[in-house]
Amino acid sequence: MRYFLYKLSSFITTIIIVSMMIFFVFQLLPGNPAQIILGIDADPNQVAQLEKQLGLDRSSAERYMDWVAGLLQGDLGESLRYQLPVSDILIERIPVTASLAILSIILTVVIGVPLGIFIAHSDGKRVSIFLNVLTQLGISIPSFWFGFILILAFSVTLQLFPTYGYVPWSEDFLGALRSFFLPSFAIAVGNIAIVIRYLRNTILDQSKMDYVRTARVKGLKEHSILYGHILRNSLIPVLTIMGLLVADTLGGSIIIENVFSLPGLGNLLIQSITSRDFPLVQSMVLYIAIIVLLINFIVDILYKVIDPRIRLKG
Amino acid sequence: MKLVSKLIYIMVTILLLVACSNSEDSNETATDSKSETTNQDEVIKIAMSTEIDNLDPYISAATDTQSMMDNVFDGLLDTDESGKLIAAIADSYDISDDGLTYTFTLKEGVTFHDGSELTAEDVLYSYKRLSGLNGEEALSSQFEKIEKIEAPSDHEVVITLKEKNSAFLAANVRPILPADYEEQSTSPIGAGPFKFQEYEVGQKLILVKNEDYYDKENIPEIDEVQFIVMPDSEAAVLAMQSGEIDIIPGITPQGLLQLGDSVNTVSGPQNMVQLMALNHEVRPLNDVRVRQAINLAIDKDVIIETVADGKGTKLGSNFSPAMDFYYEAGLEDVYAPNIEEAKSLLQEAGVPDGFTLELTVPSDYQFHVDTAQVIVEQLSQIGIEVKIKPIEFSSWLETVYQNAQYEATVVSFTGKLDPYEVLVRYVSDYQSNFINYENKKYDELIEMAVESTDVEEMAKYYKEAQRLLTEDAVSVFIMDPDRTIALRSDLVGLKMYPIQKFNLEDLKSTNE
Repeated sequence: MRYFLYKLSSFITTIIIVSMMIFFVFQLLPGNPAQIILGIDADPNQVAQLEKQLGLDRSSAERYMDWVAGLLQGDLGESLRYQLPVSDILIERIPVTASLAILSIILTVVIGVPLGIFIAHSDGKRVSIFLNVLTQLGISIPSFWFGFILILAFSVTLQLFPTYGYVPWSEDFLGALRSFFLPSFAIAVGNIAIVIRYLRNTILDQSKMDYVRTARVKGLKEHSILYGHILRNSLIPVLTIMGLLVADTLGGSIIIENVFSLPGLGNLLIQSITSRDFPLVQSMVLYIAIIVLLINFIVDILYKVIDPRIRLKG
Repeated sequence: MKLVSKLIYIMVTILLLVACSNSEDSNETATDSKSETTNQDEVIKIAMSTEIDNLDPYISAATDTQSMMDNVFDGLLDTDESGKLIAAIADSYDISDDGLTYTFTLKEGVTFHDGSELTAEDVLYSYKRLSGLNGEEALSSQFEKIEKIEAPSDHEVVITLKEKNSAFLAANVRPILPADYEEQSTSPIGAGPFKFQEYEVGQKLILVKNEDYYDKENIPEIDEVQFIVMPDSEAAVLAMQSGEIDIIPGITPQGLLQLGDSVNTVSGPQNMVQLMALNHEVRPLNDVRVRQAINLAIDKDVIIETVADGKGTKLGSNFSPAMDFYYEAGLEDVYAPNIEEAKSLLQEAGVPDGFTLELTVPSDYQFHVDTAQVIVEQLSQIGIEVKIKPIEFSSWLETVYQNAQYEATVVSFTGKLDPYEVLVRYVSDYQSNFINYENKKYDELIEMAVESTDVEEMAKYYKEAQRLLTEDAVSVFIMDPDRTIALRSDLVGLKMYPIQKFNLEDLKSTNE
């Protein structure tokens, strides 16, 4: 319980610090939102008017207080570019990025974990050398490039998947799966390779441990040694990596959403940064930061579930 | 522990299921798309690189949004390919001799998409919103010049201006909206050739043909148009290759190369002016001889050839031949490349060994960055050492455009329908005159032009103003780059206009 409370309080403090950083860092960026919204051909009178309308003539400290007060009441403010409440815009986008991230993590686990075990199991054989080369490739290929290759192969040439857009899950489950499969896979490839490498290495390390020898001497079958003992101990480092990979997935989705023309958060983030849509950018970065912190929090809790011996020092 | 292995088996099974269902499903869609092409309802899909900012045409500020939504709305007037104003909702118009009163007679039987008739009352409502005469902030500075607006009858509108302004006429292409309709931002209603059907945020905008369009000759042939938001240009090209996109406006030369002969193209000047702007408050650029030397050292043909792949029109002043009637021809060759003359001009100006020049370039625009690189090379021939400073466009707008903190920059100005809107940038007291050009004679010419009621006379003043910009070597006016639209091979009829718009009612398919 103490472990849980400690992790929870550090989670909350980090969020507060992040919120302050987000707000003030964006204030430092040059570029006047009113001018950017109206563009180079805008009338100077219009720009001045819009500045007043957007509240840009007030100091940044005042605006920070407004923002935080709004956040606490669940009001994220209004987007400068779309002139709509930020929460309305985010609600449209979150399902897209969430589907992408979740599917990509599922793919990572479903493909990465069994392959990792398999490679460790067949260590030294020809097939594992081949697979090792493949994982090295997987780590080094940039996801956006791989995305284009996937489109070229599966959408343009084979016509198996659509090249752009998405179908909501509620409308057509298989259609949604089809539209998210390639982009999720493009993001997952690098992560799968990383998971495979980690799992292989830890399994090989663990197999040399004394408890494995003891288990063998005890007469346990290889199968139950692997799944009952080695794997359980090997999953801790993999879990840590998975926590980091979630953050990576969210970052990867920014680029991949552009490649596959998916209207998700990443796509929106790029557009709102270039248009200096501060309320929207701040809410989005805060949201992403919270998700990443939340995942790490969950990972910390899971450590304890997998290995009850883990507790706080002192 | 058996659990883990079981879990793995389950996951593998799910994966296999997904893979199988995928292939089955795709077979279905393959047959679907076949039946679609034989279907009578033709759906045209157009790739757009930016999202819609607002569906309300008075709130939207993005050019791309306006070019899409232009199909939903009509104004009192419209423009043809040469930039000439033509009647649309208005049947005819009359301007009083003092140039202050504009009388528009509306066509009878024009209806909005909701079936209601378009009358003078709707024009009043729309123009009051634009001009701020409804008691709120004016939405357009062009309409702020309106003193009063009246409707003597259901089909007649009389507008009185505060002062003479010949540029006001072109402002009447702005959409007319139904009076007191509050939902323009979510389900817009206009009187244009296409009806708004649906907008899936960040994904696509669907428009359908308006069977009851008042201009019977121009009822669209295409039944449905979908504008697909595709931020990545490479993705759009791939989608066109796979047949999921039918039109890409503003396609890059690389994209065109990739598509090869499988597509039709329409291209032409877009009434844009790309220039290397020089800040006259910076030494030694304040000296006209130095600016002339820079003009003489830059070979615009080389820039057009290397940067635009030869697809551009050479300019000599801040004006594109796309607006032929007001265009002063022959200025593009005033400063034919001449290194020797450039060097001697620099000598006269007291900088015989050249100087260093910082060239600020908006890095988001590869086109301008490439242009800057050619300029570096060309100016090094006369001893001017150019340093490129790449800067994000958002920052460019503030530091260069608003605060004029720069020495030189490469940028382009998009086309306007009226020469006044194009040339007013160089008037001494214009707020965004970031070039800091000051010439009383120029100011007078623009003022005379805007007050003139005779078109021939007006054109004469505007031409003289263009000549002045060239003689004073105000900046280096480079080119009007062509805009190219790629279309599916059976699509024809799309035209280029001096402002960015797609008149989709022009589009026809030769497949029957």
